[in-house]
Amino acid sequence: MADHAQEHAHDSAHAEGHDHDEHPVDNFWTKYVFSTDHKMIAKQFLITGMFMGLIGVFMSMLFRLQLAWPGESFPILETFLGKWAPDGVLDPNMYLALVTIHGTIMVFFVLTAGLSGTFSNLLIPLQIGARDMASGFLNMISYWLFAASSVVMLSSLFVETGPASGGWTVYPPLSALPQAMPGSGAGMTLWLVSMTLFVGGSLIGSLNYIVTVINLRTKGMTMTRLPLTIWAFLVTAILGVLSFPVLLSAALLLIFDRSMGTSFYLSDIMVAGELLSNQGGSPILYEHLFWFLGHPEVYIILLPALGITSEVIATNSRKPIFGYRAMIGSILAIAFLSFIVWGHHMFITGMNPFLGSVFTFTTLLIAIPSAVKAFNYITTLWKGNIQFTPAMLFSIALVSTFVAGGLTGIILGDSALDINVHDTYFVVAHFHIVMGLSAIFGMFAGVYHWFPKMYGRMMNKTMGYLHFWISFVTAYGVFFPMHFTGLAGLPRRYYSSAEFPIFDELHDINVIITFFAIGGGIAQLIFIFNFFYSMWRGPKAPQNPWRSNTLEWTAPVEHMHGNWPGAIPEVQRWPYDYSKPGYEEDFVPQNVPIKEGEHAH
Amino acid sequence: MTGIITIVVLVLAVITALQLMRVFELSTKARKQVEYEVTDRDNNYQGWLMLLFGIAMIVSLFWMLYAWLPVTLPKPSSEHGVEIDSLFKISMWVIIAMFLLVQPVLFYFAWRYRGAKDRKAAYYEHNNRLELIWTIVPAIILAVLIIYGMTTWSNVMSPKNEKEPIVVEVYAQQFKWIIRYAGEDNKLGYANVRLIKDANVVGVDTLDLLSADDKVTSEIHLPVGRPVLFRFRSQDVIHSAYMPHFRAQMNCVPGMTTQFQFTPSVTTADIRQDANVQAKVARINALRTEKGLESYAYDYLLLCNKVCGSGHFNMQMNIVVESEEEYAKWLAEQKTIAETL
Ligand code: HEM
Ligand SMILES: [Cu+2]
Ligand SMILES: [Cu+2]
Repeated sequence: MADHAQEHAHDSAHAEGHDHDEHPVDNFWTKYVFSTDHKMIAKQFLITGMFMGLIGVFMSMLFRLQLAWPGESFPILETFLGKWAPDGVLDPNMYLALVTIHGTIMVFFVLTAGLSGTFSNLLIPLQIGARDMASGFLNMISYWLFAASSVVMLSSLFVETGPASGGWTVYPPLSALPQAMPGSGAGMTLWLVSMTLFVGGSLIGSLNYIVTVINLRTKGMTMTRLPLTIWAFLVTAILGVLSFPVLLSAALLLIFDRSMGTSFYLSDIMVAGELLSNQGGSPILYEHLFWFLGHPEVYIILLPALGITSEVIATNSRKPIFGYRAMIGSILAIAFLSFIVWGHHMFITGMNPFLGSVFTFTTLLIAIPSAVKAFNYITTLWKGNIQFTPAMLFSIALVSTFVAGGLTGIILGDSALDINVHDTYFVVAHFHIVMGLSAIFGMFAGVYHWFPKMYGRMMNKTMGYLHFWISFVTAYGVFFPMHFTGLAGLPRRYYSSAEFPIFDELHDINVIITFFAIGGGIAQLIFIFNFFYSMWRGPKAPQNPWRSNTLEWTAPVEHMHGNWPGAIPEVQRWPYDYSKPGYEEDFVPQNVPIKEGEHAH
Repeated sequence: MTGIITIVVLVLAVITALQLMRVFELSTKARKQVEYEVTDRDNNYQGWLMLLFGIAMIVSLFWMLYAWLPVTLPKPSSEHGVEIDSLFKISMWVIIAMFLLVQPVLFYFAWRYRGAKDRKAAYYEHNNRLELIWTIVPAIILAVLIIYGMTTWSNVMSPKNEKEPIVVEVYAQQFKWIIRYAGEDNKLGYANVRLIKDANVVGVDTLDLLSADDKVTSEIHLPVGRPVLFRFRSQDVIHSAYMPHFRAQMNCVPGMTTQFQFTPSVTTADIRQDANVQAKVARINALRTEKGLESYAYDYLLLCNKVCGSGHFNMQMNIVVESEEEYAKWLAEQKTIAETL
């Protein structure tokens, strides 16, 4: 099978006909489980990501109950958490565990693997005109490492001492010392094992994406004719390859400190009455290593969503994306800058104040390419003929949250201001809006838009609308008010704010947030229902349901190995010829030759 | 039992949804409509909803500002805090202005250019002038903010001292704070967790002459108008000493010492007289009486702001800012290390 994909990949450059009847017949295992076909692997990533997403969101609903009504009893907590919620009252350690696993799942499992894994896999070969990924076999391994890491992460929920609880950043010494909190025992070990597998899978996947984009583009598909989705996936993969290994080394050193008595991160510690022998290490080293991945990670999450949005907005505005080259330029600028801003997470760790200034400078610089992107999206809408598909709605929502969340980044990136809002709910509001919501909306946009490409059927539009509006309203309803609790000085990762009378006033806000959170969480069931219903019962998809220009819509609806039955289409033009003067239709697919006298982009 | 009921309810819900979908499908079929196709009617509806959402969003922003700004932190009680707050206000105005500029345009365009069958979009791929403008304008605004921010930052982090700062150690451990004053010589004696023994809770080196006059206390008292240099240590995991009323925060990291200096500018007694603070306290006490909790008087706080374990949410200490004399009197009552160890 792997050889097969390679063989197709080889001839893709020559775009010659190929006889596909020679394929061995797929059985259940090779088709659905150990598949090397990029389209199937994309679906595997998506379903796994959605499953993890449901768990992550459900966890946030559970701990939001505690935050709105601290210390009150909720039978549902005991039902799901058992001994961690005796009589329905959440245990403080379990609160931290839920927050930690929620954060880990959302960031890595849903929005890294689920988002970029799904759409890089689905779209890279289809949009660049390749028969499959460069290596179908490695692609399969990448998914299975991700699946294994998901299983390990979920299994950590069931260990005696509970899952990792030190926050998704798992700073040592807290995460290194089982004496410091129960979650730093076996749960933390599993967390580290899981992340190690995860990084492995992510690296293999990313390398594959990079090689595929560089080598397997069909004839005529120059870099400046690539859809912005592909640019986004390519740059994301490069970010991943450069930064994930650093996370892996951070995790490895932590493993050594935990189980082999080394002192990379530990020095002069007395915990639970016991003096440790470790000396000379520094927890700050861990923070540097972690955030060297951690910040690029934000863009690893965000860029694919922005790429998807570019495509969806252009298609459904029936207009070329505005400033195509500027969009590529800003993706590259953001990617480059994302490697030199990690210190903004560490302004108050005691770093040299001069360094703080440097990181403030680089951080605020990122606002410029981000602003360019936002303005370009908005200008794309201008004088458009906007078709409000559910995907389009989610894309517009993404622009809105990207702007709203990006703006508060200007506050947090400023070292002087960060002193007082660091680690408060202001931060929680900021990153959920700019990264969480934007990326989730981008992911939904992608699913609604490319569902026909994945399953050959259409999703239900009306349910899509319902899902969108509830999600959009509740999302802002949850995270906008958090700015205010943050500005009231409420620290994040607090099990309860009831110990401080000064926070009593925030009770109403917390209740409002929780109502929105529960409403928004439940609304996702509409999506789940729509997804599975349409998968089996949705109307059959036409060849090109959104009348879009990119190559994937020239491939047959029925999936096949090698994507196109005959020759791979040749690319003649850029992907954004929408409503081009001189054409009857309001779209001109990439494989349509330039007419005589036509001005090519 | 609840488990069975939940499952039954879930199954029923799915069946209902499936049935509804059947009805829905049949009705669209009867109308000879392709469900997934976006009609002019859809575009119209969704466009209007977008506009409505945009308006609702702006209105609710103003409502939140009106209703919830009072719950945010009151005026700063430190000298540098005033500087931070003015930087904060200016940045906030800038971002709110940008928000009010960009969001309405986004939702307005969504509504204004909602699609219709008989319309055709403009073919408009780029405009270098425009793109240059919106690269340069944000760049200028940011340049101003960056310069202002950096100046403030360096003023805060490297303050010029007219008076010698009082040195105070803040020592963090799961889940409480311990304070050590530097005493007469204003110099802290050497300390290390390895030296912790019995009553020597912060591991002071008793052989170090500098330590003899140090005073270990369980409260923070500060004189108004004198700079205070806080030196932070941690015994076990990372904590963060957060003093929001003074706009001050610094991590406490095991194995190293960090520091932060500020000058308290308002006494506890005075801040309690502040109109905003009094209104706040009145609101809080109204809530507390309702719940039958004891009434509350306003205090400056030190809280932990780096997750440090199960007690993280309740790692607090009051900070009392008072006159120079009151402070001197209080400090004189505290015992030195030489006396206690
Ligand atoms: C229904 C939706 C969601 C709700 C109600 C929610 C709520 C929350 C809250 C209240 C916290 C902070 C708790 C605390 O600091 O004590 C939190 C943490 C976090 N959430 Fe979410 N969240 C949601 C969706 C997401 C999404 C989509 C992401 C994706 C990026 C995400 C990522 C995170 C991360 C990274 C943390 C930090 C975890 C930590 O402090 O270690 N969440 N969430
Ligand atoms: Cu960052
Ligand atoms: Cu603490």
